[in-house]
Amino acid sequence: MADPHELYTFLLRVGDDNLILAQRLGELVSWMPELEEDIAVANVALDHLGQARNVLTYAARMAGPDASEDTLAMERSEREFLNAVLVEQPNGDFGQTMARQLFVDAYQVPFYEALATSSDDTVAGIAAKAVKEARYHLARSSNWVVVLGDGTDESHQRMQAGIDAMWRYTADLFFTDETEEALQQAGILPSFDNIRGTFDDTVSSVLARGLLALPEDPYQRIGGRTGFHTEHLGHLLPDMQALHRANAGASW
Amino acid sequence: MVTDTPASVLDRVRQNVQEVTDPEIPVLTIADLGVLRSVELIDSEVVVTITPTYSGCPAMAHIESQVRQAIKLAGASGRVVTVFSPPWSTDFITVAGREKLEAYGIAPPHPAAHGSAGTGSTVHIRPAIRCPQCGSTNTKIISEFGSTACKALYQCQACAEPFDYFKEL
Ligand SMILES: [Zn+2]
Repeated sequence: MADPHELYTFLLRVGDDNLILAQRLGELVSWMPELEEDIAVANVALDHLGQARNVLTYAARMAGPDASEDTLAMERSEREFLNAVLVEQPNGDFGQTMARQLFVDAYQVPFYEALATSSDDTVAGIAAKAVKEARYHLARSSNWVVVLGDGTDESHQRMQAGIDAMWRYTADLFFTDETEEALQQAGILPSFDNIRGTFDDTVSSVLARGLLALPEDPYQRIGGRTGFHTEHLGHLLPDMQALHRANAGASW
Repeated sequence: MVTDTPASVLDRVRQNVQEVTDPEIPVLTIADLGVLRSVELIDSEVVVTITPTYSGCPAMAHIESQVRQAIKLAGASGRVVTVFSPPWSTDFITVAGREKLEAYGIAPPHPAAHGSAGTGSTVHIRPAIRCPQCGSTNTKIISEFGSTACKALYQCQACAEPFDYFKEL
């Protein structure tokens, strides 16, 4: 039997990926290059926020009577967030935003497909819903990466720069430890063995169509899944949490 | 005096709950949308089960409070349960719902494709979407995302009107 604490930790890893990415994408609303993209980025952010809310609401049930999706989102500090470091990276230019989104989407589609077979009905239900959204996100981000990569000299160069800047944070998406192992042994989580292969296939096919390449530098920064973040999360959290912390218990 | 049997209470609740509308597409009821899953009597308590269209659908909180109000107005006590499984699909939208959508100026969804592989195909092969204004199928997509998460923005090439397409999901 897996410890409820292990399921809690796993849910934070999934929920925080979506919460922090939603916050980053929300920063872009009203700043996108055209109106349609402004609406698109807000809708993608809303999907990630919804996924975060569903996962964190479930996690809160394992965190005591006073816990809720709000306390988990707004009252934890940097070291307690377990998102992969990729999602906290700054938006940069449109190329960097789309590179980050492509990597997240290419990971989330096979990840949620696997998670939808969990023996935990709540986890499986949330994932079965989320995978449909992730597929739609992937269609949009791969489209943009191909269009920009196979576009003008400048769009190609900036799309490639975005890929180069974000690639080093992708291994963190796939980090697992004794938490996932215990849940898999207990039969709660399925095997995640095929996720990395599907991700690699998706990314290399999209990059090839966009005449883009992965960087040669093999360096990868991991640590987010155990609370060791890049400097950027520490700047994002005060912005996200300020209102709640200044008005504890407020609702509207 | 009318005797209130559990069955008649349940009927009244069902009647009221079926009339709750989507705040973003007010011509559709939650029954038309397939958001309403069931209205049951469990241990002499009314249980209404609903399912969200999208994970982040901002209308769900509003729909939930409208359902609670509908239960109360039927003179019953009960609760609202939200389930995710089986996940909502546009295939759950009823025939009546599709007709209401088109009359409202939103092109109704085509049947959803199931089990697409996660390979990020950039080619969206979609049957031609019919303009709800003039009926022409000579239409083009303007944006994958429209005024809400569930819609895409199209434009008709025949009558030049822009319109929303309820995306198949
Ligand atoms: Zn037309």
